[in-house]
Amino acid sequence: MKKQTLREWLLTAPSFIWLVFFFLIPTLIIYAFALRPADFYGGVKEGWSLDAFRSLARPNYFTILWRTLFLSFATTLISLMIALPVGYYIARCKKSTQNLLLLLVVLPFWSSFIVRIYAWKSLLHPEGFVKQLLVHLHIISEETMLLYQLETVLLVMVYSYLPFAILPIYAAASKFNPQLFEAAKDLGMSRPQTFLKVFIPGIRKGIVTAIIMVFIPAVGAYVIPDLVGGPKTEMIGNKIVQKTFIDRNLPEASALSALLSVAVVIPIAALSYFQFYSERKQRTVKKRKSA
Amino acid sequence: MKRSSFPFIVTLLMLFFLYLPIVILVVNSFNESRFGGVWTGFSLKWYHKLFQDRTIWYALQNSLIVAVSASVTSTILGTLAAFSLHRYRTKLQKIHYGLIYAPLLIPDILMGICLLLFFIALNIQLSLFTIFLAHTTFCISYVTMVVLAKLHNFDFSLVEAAQDLGASGYTVMKRILLPLLMPGLISAFLLSFTLSIDDYIITSFVAGPSSTTLPLYVYGMIKYGSPPIINALSTLLLVVTFICVSITYRLTKEDAQ
Repeated sequence: MKKQTLREWLLTAPSFIWLVFFFLIPTLIIYAFALRPADFYGGVKEGWSLDAFRSLARPNYFTILWRTLFLSFATTLISLMIALPVGYYIARCKKSTQNLLLLLVVLPFWSSFIVRIYAWKSLLHPEGFVKQLLVHLHIISEETMLLYQLETVLLVMVYSYLPFAILPIYAAASKFNPQLFEAAKDLGMSRPQTFLKVFIPGIRKGIVTAIIMVFIPAVGAYVIPDLVGGPKTEMIGNKIVQKTFIDRNLPEASALSALLSVAVVIPIAALSYFQFYSERKQRTVKKRKSA
Repeated sequence: MKRSSFPFIVTLLMLFFLYLPIVILVVNSFNESRFGGVWTGFSLKWYHKLFQDRTIWYALQNSLIVAVSASVTSTILGTLAAFSLHRYRTKLQKIHYGLIYAPLLIPDILMGICLLLFFIALNIQLSLFTIFLAHTTFCISYVTMVVLAKLHNFDFSLVEAAQDLGASGYTVMKRILLPLLMPGLISAFLLSFTLSIDDYIITSFVAGPSSTTLPLYVYGMIKYGSPPIINALSTLLLVVTFICVSITYRLTKEDAQ
């Protein structure tokens, strides 16, 4: 029994200690830094202060927070709208076609993140392929700017995070019993009705995972608005980087990070609660039926 | 029941959307023109320019040092973690699992700034070593998830059979566990390797002045003037990652059979 516990500790200790040191303690440190006063040399002084949190009350931070939330929710929603039919389609293909399609979905996502953003930047560039094509087709005029807009940032965010939505929805859809479609049809349900009332509730878990997987990187995005956006598309991430490296005000950067961590935690907690609650409700319904 | 063609059309459009930028990028790396809008002729001049640029090779060397060391370390730590999580069902393992899962749930930018502040608080100079520490930290979680999934499908009666036949713990490890888990370990290693060599966000926080990695260098090139050698460089990077993916794909396919 003693030997067993020792073994468990030996197996657990390396990763456990590593993560306590390089993950847990660093995560708590931002809250400590946010409560320190800044000094003039880009470091922090002794003592405690609420200045950094007070600085969050600036009106332009409110705009940026609002924009960050808008862009992340929009990205999540659009990705979900695309991932639902795609995940459904892949799950109903033959096994070999399924593997091929899944490989095609994840392949670009294995390639460098920066390279993919750069690819869009050169496509939308005034001299780029898409711009030239659209001007040629008289869809846009020569003066239209495709880069540096809010829509550009949204487009590239959807492009970057879409696979994160497709995979969990495919995984849930492939476990979904296809006979339920027939059953729904026999009971006189129309196709959209079946989709909304049978399929969507059936793959609820996959949808929740997809939302979390897209929302988290989206809310913390800063590379995409930095490369394809402009001053009008700044997100919290850009402000954190600016405060850390350009203004060298670490307490303010930490306070912004604390704000970002709240923006991550609240939707996740709400979704987990929703999932827990709906599962419990389902269990009580089952119990009542069996009773 | 006749199937609606709507999901098929969406899937087709999605694949077009996914591959359009990549295909144009690769084509443009062979385009003579400086701007990608028009094709003016086939040329390898951007590749020539790329091979003449010394700084790129220096950055690539830094990236490789970090990627190899971080993926070796995280594969070892993550595999041990997966074994302990698979084998024991104690309270300690519940906390352990939480610690391993949590890094997957926070945005990269938060992990980057947390580590930067941690290094500042401890007065650690930023260098390739701090990048290595950061990369190992985020790779551990991915390795553990991959190996844990393999262990989940592993037939442990093989281990029992070997023990019944008198094999020692060491022999079981060497002759049974390691060879059978090897494909899983290699795909975990390759996953960490690609994650590490591609990482920009976390690296940008913990890199020192002389420890520029390839993504940091490429970012600088994109941000301040965009010479088309990035097209050539990106094409080469795409080829390397696709080779890594096809190896992993083959390994996991064999595993499924």
